[in-house]
Amino acid sequence: MQFEEYRNLWVFVETEENTAKSVGYELLSPGRVLADKMGGKLVAVVIGGNVKDVAEKTIDYGADEVILVEGDEYFNYSTDAYSYAMKTLVEKYKPSTILIGATNNGRDLGPKMACDLNTGLTADCTMLDYDTETGNMIWTRPAFGGNLMAMILCPDNRPQLGTVRPGIFKKPEPVTGKIGTMIYEDIHIAPENIRTKLLDRIKEVAEAVNLEEAEIIVSGGRGVGSPEGFEIIRRLAEELNATVGASRAVVDAGWMPHAHQVGQTGKTVSPKLYIACGISGAIQHSAGITGSDCIVAINKDEEAPIFDVADYGIVGDLFTVIPELIKEIQKLNA
Amino acid sequence: MGYKFTEEQKDIQAMVRDFTKKEVEPRGREMDQNGWCHELYQKYIETGLQSTPIPEEYGGAGLSDVECAIITHELAKGDAGFAMAMEISWVCTDMILKHGSEAQKQKYLSGVVDGKLFAFCLTEPGAGSDAAGLRTRAKKQADGSYVINGSKAWITNSGIADYYVIMAVTDPEKGANGISAFIVDKGTPGLIIDAEEDKMGMRSSDTHGMTFDDLKVPAEALLDKEGMGFKMAMEGLDGGRVSCTAISTGIAEHALDIAKNYALERVAFGKPIAKHQAIAFKIADMAMYIEAMKLMLYDVAEMKASGVRCSVQAAEAKLFAASHTTQICLDAIQVLGGNGYSKEYNVERLMRDNKLMEIGEGTNEVQRIVISGAVLRK
Amino acid sequence: MKILVCVKQVPDTTEIKIDPVTNTLIRAGVPSIVNPFDACALEVAARVKDVTPDTEITVLSMGPMQAKEALTECLSVGADKAYLCSDRAFGGSDTLATSYILASAIAAIEEKEGKFDLILSGKQAIDGDTGQVGPEIAAHMGLAQVTYASEVSVHGEDVIVKRESDQGYDIISVRKPALVTVVKTAFDPRFPTLKSKMAARKVPIQVITADDIPNIDLSRCGLKGSPTKVKKTFTPVRNKTCVKIAGEEAAVSAAKLVGMLADAKVL
Repeated sequence: MQFEEYRNLWVFVETEENTAKSVGYELLSPGRVLADKMGGKLVAVVIGGNVKDVAEKTIDYGADEVILVEGDEYFNYSTDAYSYAMKTLVEKYKPSTILIGATNNGRDLGPKMACDLNTGLTADCTMLDYDTETGNMIWTRPAFGGNLMAMILCPDNRPQLGTVRPGIFKKPEPVTGKIGTMIYEDIHIAPENIRTKLLDRIKEVAEAVNLEEAEIIVSGGRGVGSPEGFEIIRRLAEELNATVGASRAVVDAGWMPHAHQVGQTGKTVSPKLYIACGISGAIQHSAGITGSDCIVAINKDEEAPIFDVADYGIVGDLFTVIPELIKEIQKLNA
Repeated sequence: MGYKFTEEQKDIQAMVRDFTKKEVEPRGREMDQNGWCHELYQKYIETGLQSTPIPEEYGGAGLSDVECAIITHELAKGDAGFAMAMEISWVCTDMILKHGSEAQKQKYLSGVVDGKLFAFCLTEPGAGSDAAGLRTRAKKQADGSYVINGSKAWITNSGIADYYVIMAVTDPEKGANGISAFIVDKGTPGLIIDAEEDKMGMRSSDTHGMTFDDLKVPAEALLDKEGMGFKMAMEGLDGGRVSCTAISTGIAEHALDIAKNYALERVAFGKPIAKHQAIAFKIADMAMYIEAMKLMLYDVAEMKASGVRCSVQAAEAKLFAASHTTQICLDAIQVLGGNGYSKEYNVERLMRDNKLMEIGEGTNEVQRIVISGAVLRK
Repeated sequence: MKILVCVKQVPDTTEIKIDPVTNTLIRAGVPSIVNPFDACALEVAARVKDVTPDTEITVLSMGPMQAKEALTECLSVGADKAYLCSDRAFGGSDTLATSYILASAIAAIEEKEGKFDLILSGKQAIDGDTGQVGPEIAAHMGLAQVTYASEVSVHGEDVIVKRESDQGYDIISVRKPALVTVVKTAFDPRFPTLKSKMAARKVPIQVITADDIPNIDLSRCGLKGSPTKVKKTFTPVRNKTCVKIAGEEAAVSAAKLVGMLADAKVL
């Protein structure tokens, strides 16, 4: 394998129904840094139905070049169409590294590409680096339920593939009017070669309580004061796309249904972020949350035991702190 | 424990352990409040565990008292009342297996395989452990049928059972040898279920008094011959006492588990309370007694399985397990302090549940009568 | 109809603890279980069999001999036959090599027993969490794939899959044969029955070694067949000391907190 032929860093920007998934733009952030480090170009690859605007946006977000593949067959994701397009592109342009957002579709596409291209894929990375000496990406990912981190290399094959969890990186600041090259590639696949058919698409907005699998949980305790007080907890949760949890005291008081209860006699949870609002942190509650990657406590009582298990804490009234938090988060996501 | 389980027994143990962890234990507190859980029973019979001791020709697994003890023991780690409800049905199937006619076996043993449940009607308001003092009468009619009158007390499963084994006096002149056993289907006219008992513990099991008001049963309802009832009841009690040992052992292990986990987490004076000797030594004593209980349990279960008479050993095992488990539960509550006094943490329930094991199937005092009687026999 | 379910024996990661002194995983005493997502895949297969009784379910695993335990468990909850791929030459395989070996083993099994109509596996294993082996088996075998299925039903030659998406779910149809990976289903895997449990122990587990797979290319197996290499592993250090923001205006506290969370890549 002639490694010198393989240059540039690609970011696959996933679209669905002509709209880009945010993670594609996010990956242009580390993509920029890594491309500079390897002395290559940052190339966005946009595949979709009618997604020229997405392609243009990737230039604003820092891509030097964007490869655009359009066609009705790409309006919705299918393994066959997308992997065919990607294989064709990779064989033509020979990128050194491809970053893919670890969405369900990204994690469907990645393994198929790895096989088609006979190369290594590292899933669900949370940290990315590039070794200038060897030309290898250093992919870091969690394993064993987050108890262990592994650094993975793909030293003998190109391109090097990795999927990256959404939300790990921040979108770059867009620069409007930036000049970049847009390359149109006319790649099509016959409908009969797409072996899966989308029969129906159901969009659900219903609030499901799935505390065990939640990535972010916002929980309220006695400090919330009343069932109505939970409204503010819900608003914060909504802002973070989080699941609402509750302490035993709150469930016993009938303010929240038992399905929301976190703790020894409720659910044991291990989200990436757990925000405890107005929860004192009785042992029965804290025992159920210590598996969380990061715990934030908001409590009026500076001595509340919840601060002993928290990574970050605000001593203050949740009713004044949370609205400010919501504003800050909106700013961050803007 | 050095007791060697077979691979098959280990499989069954793992299977019941998994079922208990996922289905029984999570319902424990709710059943303590709301009583018998039919949904759990449905899930249980889907596993086929109820057919463990039933011979294969009647659709069962044909396994022994050891496997039954394993199942009762494991279920009791999740909920003692449920374990008790299940094992009592087996006390009745055991009687039918040993004493029943072929027709009775066909109907009732296959019925249990299909998910039917038994209640064992021995205890009366005025006669508990002195079974010989029964007052319920069964009078033989000219056509060979019997008419039963009387009342029973503390009958587990009575409100939910499909079949009842009823002990009644057929010949008052003969004392203990005048007692006979009858199998009666639910819904038979004259079989009356009284109000449910509001019990201290074992609240997941269903317990009522019963009244028999001219309960007419055919001659075929008689189990074995007239006058065999007392002997069967005593044999049944041996099995029941093995089961009580299994239940208490399960409760004790549950209590130790809760106490251990709590002691490792709860910090006082700068270290987990498990590091304080006062707590650590309590845990040590619990573990020691549990080990002894397990040894006695599987030893006596093995005796029963191989057909050796084990009344004294069953009494000893039950007395040992029941009385020490009550103490273990009290100690576990003490380890949890205020939280132990709260229903939230389930240990107080274990104490209430186990208290029955010092009373049912013969009180601690009755076990001592059995044991001392054997030791002091000339 | 013939269904193959690929299962992995994994340590129960919920039971794994970290040694507070050495900061390493304590693996001793951690029970081995059937990967929960694979158990869901098997339940999906068993449910197909419930409605189509002439379905035969085969389970396949790769790993050391100890993995027979996991297969025996599968045999007690719906599987009819079990194969274990086990060979020193397979050790150290990454997902690409593992999927190559499994695809080759499946071809060898199909040679003997006929083609599978449907191949199922969990969406990922809870120890590695890669989610790659399933789709890669499909790619090696040239099969169509559908990932993240929460429901699967078979209608004649079509397999209908309810697939989780970001906003809800898609209903996808695919012709047999196909490979489908399964998420945690709404229904729990069934319990074994006393009889199925006792019968499972009596079913022989057929071991497949490299010698049993004709034409397998050993250079594509094990460490040398693996494009990815683990450079090192480490346990993430938990910062147990709480950074407390006290005595500030709410707006200031909130800004500080969000800033710190963003810096820590939590937000």
